[in-house]
Amino acid sequence: MGMEILVSTAKFLIVMTVILVSVIILVYLERRISAFIQNRTGPNRVGPYGLFQAIADVVKLLLKEDIVPKNAYKPVHDLAPIISIGAALSTFAVIPVGNTIELFGTTMKLMIADVNIGILYILSVTSIGVYGITLAGWSSNNKYSLLGGLRSSAQLISYELSMGLSIIGVLMISGTLRLDQIVQHQTMYIGGWLPNWNIFLQPVAFITFVVAAFAETNRLPFDLPEAEPELVGGYHTEYTGLKFGLFFLAEYANMITAAAVITTLFLGGWHLPYAENLGLSAFTLSLLQVLAFCAKVTVILLFFIVTRWTLPRFRYDQLMDIGWKVMLPLAIANVLVTGLILVL
Amino acid sequence: MTLETILFYALSFVSVGSALMMITRRSPVMSALYLILNFFALAGLYLTLHAQFIAVIQILVYAGAIMVLFLFVIMLLNLGDEKKLSEKMSYKKIIPAGLSFGLLMELLYIVSYAKSDLPLTHIERATEIGTVEYVGKALFTDFLFPFEVTSILLLAAIIGAVVLAKKKLD
Repeated sequence: MGMEILVSTAKFLIVMTVILVSVIILVYLERRISAFIQNRTGPNRVGPYGLFQAIADVVKLLLKEDIVPKNAYKPVHDLAPIISIGAALSTFAVIPVGNTIELFGTTMKLMIADVNIGILYILSVTSIGVYGITLAGWSSNNKYSLLGGLRSSAQLISYELSMGLSIIGVLMISGTLRLDQIVQHQTMYIGGWLPNWNIFLQPVAFITFVVAAFAETNRLPFDLPEAEPELVGGYHTEYTGLKFGLFFLAEYANMITAAAVITTLFLGGWHLPYAENLGLSAFTLSLLQVLAFCAKVTVILLFFIVTRWTLPRFRYDQLMDIGWKVMLPLAIANVLVTGLILVL
Repeated sequence: MTLETILFYALSFVSVGSALMMITRRSPVMSALYLILNFFALAGLYLTLHAQFIAVIQILVYAGAIMVLFLFVIMLLNLGDEKKLSEKMSYKKIIPAGLSFGLLMELLYIVSYAKSDLPLTHIERATEIGTVEYVGKALFTDFLFPFEVTSILLLAAIIGAVVLAKKKLD
């Protein structure tokens, strides 16, 4: 019992540190890539190639005064960023970052919690995350913030449906809700050479899920809740200092989580194709698989960033149209077709 | 006291407390927030009963979807705080209060003096009953008819909502 708690705590600390450090790297990457796309230089003053810019930003956010507007509702105003960051970070509890690994004579799974409702847990935690934004908008007592909060709740409700439905196709193929078994199912090969990844078996589900993930993380082209030109800053207009920093952190942590979920469900998770035939020792193979997982997540994150700086923002009615009239029917059709093929 | 007992009492305290806070708050948004807290405490209670599936569905459906819609509507209408009703003490208030108090006493009597004669047939399989596999099998075998009837009812409700929401039927 004591040993288990120790191991879980260690895993938890490692995962949290990795996520927080990756957020810093991600912010730096985003600024550099956006600068490259817009033919600017980007941050290049603090440290070599501006590498320490993100750290300078964090220090600035920590030292800034925390201002709460006079008419804001203080308890909820304080609670909102906590909900946001809590939901963003706790999704990672059920994501398998690698296969089993042998350390100090014991075999352990490389995930924090191995529960048999893994995927439902992810869906429910993401659906809780919307409260952070909605409540931030409401408690600021500011019309722009309120509009941002309202937009975000409408958007998340619309896209959660297609997200859930696109997962169903994957679940039907793997026949389990456990994320490690879903990954395990993808380690086979079709015809002896093509990895059995769900992206090849469920391309429609993959597309709908990725689009829904963009909407759920409030990234362009779906960043209507913060739309700077029309809403000033949206839900976080009235936030300063550390609390603003928490929202910022939550946005990037959400991106990392979404990328990790996409990798787990569609890109074979930690599976490194053909590596199991190389005759490596079990420990090296496990390490390579963790690296493969990180590499896949990084590719998706880069895709997120490049998309943000190449596409314009949707109009609000277009956003709703896509959600209800395109994504949802596509996801339902995908479930039907998958069911038919499985029966035949 | 085992860990489960402590958890049970803590969660029960939170759920009853948040339910009380929910019905006594003036601001509709705060009421909604306490209701969400109540759902979380209930989900925790389900977990102590090994009903993982029900627990996660409680969060996913009630806290994650239905309450978001509630909050959305409350915020969209921008409802203000409820006015305090200054009613005089009347028989309309005293009689229900007396009846509720009587009911509470009866319930307390039953809970504290009754012997526990609950059937213990499923207790050895308690951990397995709460899983998704078990719930799914039960829904599609023993409870197929009620399940299908519920789905028809839901379909009728959806069609009804669409008809009501349409301004003109042409």
